[in-house]
Amino acid sequence: MPNVTMTVNGKKMSGNVEPRTLLVQFLRETLGLTGTHVGCDTSQCGCCVVHVNGDGIKSCTILAVQCDGADVKTIEGVANGDELHPMQAAFREHHGLQCGYCTPGMVMSALDLVKHNKNPSEPQIREWLEGNLCRCTGYHNIVKAIKAGAEAMAKARP
Amino acid sequence: MYNFEYHKAKTIADASAMITQKSEAKLVAGGMTLIPTLKLRLAKPSDLVDLNGLPELKGIKREGSAVVIGAMTRHVEVAESAEVQKAIPALAHLASHIGDPAVRNRGTLGGSISNNDPVADYPAAVVALNATVITNKRKIAADAFFKGMFETALEPGEIVTAVSFPMPEKAAYMKFPNPASRYAIVGVFVAKHKDGVRVAVTGAGPCVFRQKDMEAALAKNFSADAIKSIAQKQDGLNGDIHASPEYRAHLVGVMARRAVAAAG
Ligand SMILES: Cc1cc2nc3c(=O)[nH]c(=O)nc-3n(C[C@H](O)[C@H](O)[C@H](O)COP(=O)(O)OP(=O)(O)OC[C@H]3O[C@@H](n4cnc5c(N)ncnc54)[C@H](O)[C@@H]3O)c2cc1C
Ligand code: FES
Ligand code: FES
Repeated sequence: MPNVTMTVNGKKMSGNVEPRTLLVQFLRETLGLTGTHVGCDTSQCGCCVVHVNGDGIKSCTILAVQCDGADVKTIEGVANGDELHPMQAAFREHHGLQCGYCTPGMVMSALDLVKHNKNPSEPQIREWLEGNLCRCTGYHNIVKAIKAGAEAMAKARP
Repeated sequence: MYNFEYHKAKTIADASAMITQKSEAKLVAGGMTLIPTLKLRLAKPSDLVDLNGLPELKGIKREGSAVVIGAMTRHVEVAESAEVQKAIPALAHLASHIGDPAVRNRGTLGGSISNNDPVADYPAAVVALNATVITNKRKIAADAFFKGMFETALEPGEIVTAVSFPMPEKAAYMKFPNPASRYAIVGVFVAKHKDGVRVAVTGAGPCVFRQKDMEAALAKNFSADAIKSIAQKQDGLNGDIHASPEYRAHLVGVMARRAVAAAG
């Protein structure tokens, strides 16, 4: 079985995987990082979004072997110790989640959005969430949370 | 997913040799179509040959009056490229509306056209812009590249390396997206070139096609009014739970008129 090594949330991690092992399986089953969820397994829902070399991607649609040597960030690597990231704090403040299943993917996609657009408008946020499905909230509070989170991030490091 | 052997190609020649030697080997680019297909066990390749990591397949450059885009250039890179936005804004716009941001962060131009999904966006741009598909073996004109549903002129061992898009005088792409997948229910790319107009339709039929009645009318008078009375025939168009052939035929007219208006 191929051995893969990647930097996950700042730490070097290795493991043996079958070529067909998906990144999300490696993260959840080998590394025990179960914050990344599998909602659909058909590349539609975005619950599994993580950052690979800085880009938001669906970890159910990439092989672990393809990420050998990559820099991966999951929801577990977003907070600063016990202190929530401004985007996570905004989701709590604005009630941007109900069951929470979609939330890790929503937060990772939101952070990818801010990378492309520091001050996104409401329509831009809604369009960005095309690939993130939520069965609970009706999106309204998620959109509010992302707007507030982006503003808080801009204030935190002007 | 059935298991397979995984190889990271070191050169284009290396990738071509691997897929030629092993008849059940397949290339993987962004994986946005291939990996879902493998998960559904619709394909059982013995080997996957990964094109990620070949810098010579990536990048966007201006060559005379054409924009040449490497096969492994991701949708996000085409959408955000200042060069493409300036030279062929309709192409950047098309790329920015493929799927969703995570799909655009992985999916590639080469993967999209090699797959030739009847509802994919890029084939319409390649045909309407009269682009040339460049492979490791030859150059293929757009009109000869797309052969039928999921079928192209590519031969075994042949790899798309780049696509050369001539700059049109003006162009626009209008898509009526499937609200769930964002693939085109119907998409129409209209391009006005120095020597004529090309109208390419995706989503409506089993393969991208040119609407030649509209091309002739627009060559005489490039305005939405000029094609108002041209009805797309329903025969042979796709019908599914999303849209009937009749509805798709209607949408071809609507999207074409909107594209002409948007091209200005
Ligand atoms: C949720 C979702 C939504 C999508 N929405 C849209 C949409 O709205 N519009 C749209 O057009 N597409 C859409 N797509 C498809 C997306 O654009 C894919 O990226 C694209 O179709 C395939 O490109 P890829 O790079 O991922 O190729 P892969 O999946 O890696 O490969 C596809 C096929 O092409 C072959 N191949 C790849 N590269 C080459 C090459 N250089 N030379 C020869 N053969 C090659 C592979 O062997 C494989 O058979 C969507 C996909 C998903 C998952
Ligand atoms: S689990 Fe990956 S997109 Fe749904
Ligand atoms: S909060 Fe339940 S799926 Fe989004």
